[in-house]
Amino acid sequence: MKILVPVKRVVDYNVTVRVKADGSGVETANVKMSMNPFDEIANEEAIRLKEKGAASEVVAVTIGEAKAQETLRTAMAMGADRALHVETQARTDTELQPLAVAKLLQALVEREQPDLVIMGKQAIDDDSNQTGQMLAALLGWPQATFASKIELVEGGLEVTREVDAGLEKLWVKLPAIVTVDLRLNEPRYASLPNIMKAKKKPIDKLTPEELGVDTAPRLTYVKVEEPPKRQAGVKVADVPALLDKLKSEAGVI
Amino acid sequence: MTYRAPTGDLAFQLRHVAGFAGVAALPGFDDGLDELVEPVLDEAAKLAEDKLAPLNAVGDRLGATLQDGVVTMAPGFAEAFDAFVDGGWKALPFPVEHGGQNLPWSLAFAVAELWHSANLAFGNCPLLTQGAIEALVHHGTPAQRQRYLHPLCAGRWTATMCLTEPQAGSDLGAIQTKAVAAGDAYRLTGTKIYITYGEHDLADNILHLVLARLEGAPPGPKGVSLFLVPKWRLDAKGHLGERNHVHCLGLEHKLGIKAGPTCTLRFGDDATGEGAWAELVGQPHDGLRCMFTMMNNARLSVGLQGLAIAERACQQALAYARQRVQGQRHGQPTALIGHADVRRMLMTMQSQILAMRGLVLTAAAAIDHAARHPDALVRRRMAGRVELLTPIVKAWCTDLGVELASLAIQVHGGIGYIEETGAAQHLRDARIAPIYEGTNGIQALDLVGRKMRLDQGELPWQLFEELRHELRELEVEGAHDLVRGLRPALANAEAATRWIQGQHGHDDDAVSAGAAPYLRLMGQLLGGFVLVRGLRAAERLHRPDLPWRRAAARFYTEQLLPPASALLPAIIAGSTVLDPSLFDA
Repeated sequence: MKILVPVKRVVDYNVTVRVKADGSGVETANVKMSMNPFDEIANEEAIRLKEKGAASEVVAVTIGEAKAQETLRTAMAMGADRALHVETQARTDTELQPLAVAKLLQALVEREQPDLVIMGKQAIDDDSNQTGQMLAALLGWPQATFASKIELVEGGLEVTREVDAGLEKLWVKLPAIVTVDLRLNEPRYASLPNIMKAKKKPIDKLTPEELGVDTAPRLTYVKVEEPPKRQAGVKVADVPALLDKLKSEAGVI
Repeated sequence: MTYRAPTGDLAFQLRHVAGFAGVAALPGFDDGLDELVEPVLDEAAKLAEDKLAPLNAVGDRLGATLQDGVVTMAPGFAEAFDAFVDGGWKALPFPVEHGGQNLPWSLAFAVAELWHSANLAFGNCPLLTQGAIEALVHHGTPAQRQRYLHPLCAGRWTATMCLTEPQAGSDLGAIQTKAVAAGDAYRLTGTKIYITYGEHDLADNILHLVLARLEGAPPGPKGVSLFLVPKWRLDAKGHLGERNHVHCLGLEHKLGIKAGPTCTLRFGDDATGEGAWAELVGQPHDGLRCMFTMMNNARLSVGLQGLAIAERACQQALAYARQRVQGQRHGQPTALIGHADVRRMLMTMQSQILAMRGLVLTAAAAIDHAARHPDALVRRRMAGRVELLTPIVKAWCTDLGVELASLAIQVHGGIGYIEETGAAQHLRDARIAPIYEGTNGIQALDLVGRKMRLDQGELPWQLFEELRHELRELEVEGAHDLVRGLRPALANAEAATRWIQGQHGHDDDAVSAGAAPYLRLMGQLLGGFVLVRGLRAAERLHRPDLPWRRAAARFYTEQLLPPASALLPAIIAGSTVLDPSLFDA
């Protein structure tokens, strides 16, 4: 089984995100970037499937500027075998939107013919949670989203999903799209020898033009702004006063 | 308090202050080394931030414990050690054939800063193991290298340096541990104290490197030999076999680094009188020279610890200063950071942390050049530079480690003095660094004595010439604000050096009396130049943190260099007012 793992380079989850002065987006210049944490979990799961003998090859793919290669190196240091880099100058948190990403991934799936695409349920920059679903629709493949457990059963995958009501189990036949949730696994630390080996693993470079995909944005960003600052609360004299405010001002009782 | 690895500044200074491109181009390294800097630092940062840093307070509170000769580490340390070994972090700068990674020392030092900041007590374990690897790489027989290096570099072994005995501290010539030849090996009997990680439950085996005296050896330092003593002896196949006669008699109750066991070790079986099985490392009576192979790099590493603890303490102080609302600024309530005096303390920390980091990495890059540069003259010059910088880095950075950890408490105010805050631990942990691996007094004596005499006394003058050149460039560029602080400090350092070299052979007591202030002046001076080197690189690269770097360099040259520069009279004051008779009363 060959597995394709899309990984996205995003602002590191530890960074306090700041909105750019012109309101066009968040500041990404000279900000620490790293792999989208959900994609890290997807990559870990793919590597575990390979270590179990269930998969033969793990191919990491990213779409973005030249520096996004660092994210591919990280994926390969964790254990992915090789990587694909679709290079674009478009900002991946605003200009390159889920439908375009899904179409690029569709083109790559047609080239690579993987049996499974496993990816984060969403990226922590735009939080769209759309790409996996769109890709499944474009390919006409079954999808299992928000996976918290994945097992090989009868030539397909039994996927446990985290849904509002609790846990749900699905069986999907391969090839399939799986998007992963936070509790699926705890990604490993790359070891130093593997970081060094990853430097020698191949990265194939492609462009959206070569893949014949129009990546023009379909949505327009009007404005990005900071959430309003939290206002100071008020002290009430006693319980009756509190009840009164809850009834008359907050209207919750 | 969470710790964030300063990987951005480490990568920047490694490249633009220590000249990593030049290091990466040295023969014997893999291609593309330069691209490894960020991935390696980022991955080390994960381990340091997620696994080691959270254990720092736990280790301090619970410490290591001894029962029936078994030392148990605080909870979590075993898992952290496993992650450290599995990550392949034990032997960055050592040959691949022994299980190392063949990476430069300069990168290894950058990475090690993260271990020491995250958890100084943990960091000592790999530090000592690296020292032993270094000694065996240089002085071990092929058989010893074959047998012992791989498990130390890539496996679950650790190592110690057993020097101190109750009567032999800084004076290693007074060592009494005895070694008796027994077949092709030796038997050791004696007691060693202050042995860091002398016994613990992390490793499969512990390899002790022990200084001892062969029968009939000449007295003093020239009669000391180096031995290796494994806790578990190896059988013919190299598997762990018989338990050796080396046992932990006690653990010290220390001011800081409580998680790291500091052991009293007994070599030999007192019931039967049989000594601990040992192998000789290097030549008989050549033990101190072999030991100093490991001690020199270890001294730079301890200097790095001073920087590391200052970084950690500063992060905590800064976070608190931002959060704690106290007093008013322009009529509005403000956090501590709104007060100029608090910002003065923070800048005192930050500017000197930048300077220390630049100096440590510069020294580490000099190790790389000294080991690998194709031109023998450059190798020699760089080896001399390492000799000169080693005592300065060790003592200056560890003194500052204590001073800045103290200042970090000051930023907190009263709550900094409360243990639960965690700021006090950094000061307690920092306090050992000026003492071990040769006290800072010993470092200062080494600087004014041996290092001022090496190569006909040329080492400091080669350095001063480079600094004068940089000063001229700064003048041409019009950086007069920086030059104003640097020039008098350089002039005074030159005057002090001239005086010291003139006193050699005349009044050594006078030189010794001024040794510590001289080292301080040298550290502060070199730190200033390093800081300015970073600033100029930041200007070239239009770094977004340029205003901060410019302010740090100005603050340092205007406020921290003049007091150091004013140490000249103290350096050349002589020892009259320190006459031994004055202490009789």
